[in-house]
Amino acid sequence: MLEIANLEVVYNEVILVLRGLSIELPDGEIVALLGSNGAGKTTTARAVTALLDNHNGNITKGSITFDGRDITNASPSSIVKGGIAQVMEGRRCFGELNVDENLQTGAFTNRNKAAVAAQYDKVMELFPILAERRKQLAGYMSGGEQQMLAIGRALMAQPKMLILDEPSLGLAPLLVQQVRDVIVELNREGMSVLLIEQNAMMALSIANHGYIMENGKIVMEGTGSKLLADDDVKEFYLGLHQDEGGQRKSFRDVKHYKRRKKWAS
Amino acid sequence: MIIFVQTLSKAIALGSIYAILALSFVLIFKGTQVLNFAAGAISMAGAMFMSILVADAGIPFLPWGNPLAPDAGDTASIPMWLVHLVIALMLAALLGLVLERIAIRPMIGQPLFTMAVITLGLEIAIRPFNLDAVAITGRSVGIPWGTETWSVGGAIFPKSYLAAMVAAALAFVFVFWFYRSRFGIAMRAVAFDQEAAMAQGINVGRVFAMAWALGAALAALAAIFFAMAPWPPAGNVSLEIHPFWVFRVLPVVVLGGLDSVVGALVGGLIIAFFEIFAGQYLAQWTSILGPGYSTIVPYLVMLVVLLIKPFGLFGTEEIRRV
Repeated sequence: MLEIANLEVVYNEVILVLRGLSIELPDGEIVALLGSNGAGKTTTARAVTALLDNHNGNITKGSITFDGRDITNASPSSIVKGGIAQVMEGRRCFGELNVDENLQTGAFTNRNKAAVAAQYDKVMELFPILAERRKQLAGYMSGGEQQMLAIGRALMAQPKMLILDEPSLGLAPLLVQQVRDVIVELNREGMSVLLIEQNAMMALSIANHGYIMENGKIVMEGTGSKLLADDDVKEFYLGLHQDEGGQRKSFRDVKHYKRRKKWAS
Repeated sequence: MIIFVQTLSKAIALGSIYAILALSFVLIFKGTQVLNFAAGAISMAGAMFMSILVADAGIPFLPWGNPLAPDAGDTASIPMWLVHLVIALMLAALLGLVLERIAIRPMIGQPLFTMAVITLGLEIAIRPFNLDAVAITGRSVGIPWGTETWSVGGAIFPKSYLAAMVAAALAFVFVFWFYRSRFGIAMRAVAFDQEAAMAQGINVGRVFAMAWALGAALAALAAIFFAMAPWPPAGNVSLEIHPFWVFRVLPVVVLGGLDSVVGALVGGLIIAFFEIFAGQYLAQWTSILGPGYSTIVPYLVMLVVLLIKPFGLFGTEEIRRV
């Protein structure tokens, strides 16, 4: 169970990015975190995995607890050891390392060789494409393969919870589908998933619970199906607004002022 | 012909030593993105540790003396000498760790230029200790095989040449193995993308420390074998190893590529070939400069390489420049 309570994050000591963000991620659930660019989604992921230092960011208020343990100021390696792994935005595979070596970096915190080998087999089973590319440099792989590799690498740490930061970024619809299936599959095996996405349709269709962020705060939350049915979400995240006549909206006569968000932000 | 063969063996020996020193440079650059201009001082300190261990009856800092000290200075047995060598390398690694901890770690994330200047400062700060310890006369590094040579068909090959080649071979085998080990993979990952490496739980500080420890030990190895060869310091650590030692490695790493292990080997051999052959032949055939050729030719090669292939023969092309 991951609990983020009233989190406030400041970059460069002046830029307030998260203003009292609170999220709960119960064990074994998929929670989607949605929001437009600059809402603070990636910052949330960085705060949980202690990567804010690299960006000159600081947690100034609030706390993050995982399984009852306070990890607000833990080191990145202790967080990975504690069972949280992150798939970073933009995949970030080690291009100069081959697939096997990339997967080994994921298992860096795990000294138990037998467990690492077993996990490796499991990842290979989950992503058959990686088994075919074992000795290939990650830098030469396609975006979809790299995304699989990035997820596999995170899984090598045998995490209890996975944070996925925009796994559908830059992928073809078919591959987005594939990533979605993988997430569902992992979740069925008991992994909790924090899914950070701009692709709201994909995220909400599999999420047990969803949060919508704007300007560093949660402005709306609810179950996945409830959010999917919400008019505001439809309009602003799914682009599915239907006008009174029941026709699909033509963007030629969009009048943005016609409909304002109901939530204050 | 005899002279040619002898020159060739000398070039390979010197090239091996350059390759080891370049390897130290490459390892530290790859691991921490720091151009280690302190390599000269660190390597000489390593040779000094060796000399203190082998030649002095006791380690100066310990009241009970050195239990491993051979009875008669230079005629140490080879196994005993190797034990001393390993201890000296470990001391050098320790020095590397200390330097990394006090001077490099606090500066992580600073511009490359700042880091380069800091290492240059380290070089100058360590130098007086070395010079003070060496004094004027030089200290023995205790070669078990002394100045013995083999002679094949009239050509003379000092045993130290072979020792240097073996040392280089072992150093490269070790580094290739290290690159595929758990920590080596972590180091390459950190070199490629530090933040992503941290996200995998890799402790970047420990990787930096590892790179510096290994780099310092390799630098020490280079200086010890340089001191053993029959050219000027001839069996001694002396002032002659030190000045500009680190500037000799620059042409090597520039030619091979700053971050390439293979480049260190190839660059070391090529530069040593130019240096030794220029010293041997150009000096005879021309009237100006004389023996000065061996000093300048490596830098001329470096200049040409920088003009036509700025990233070296095997370097990664997107490496940032100072």
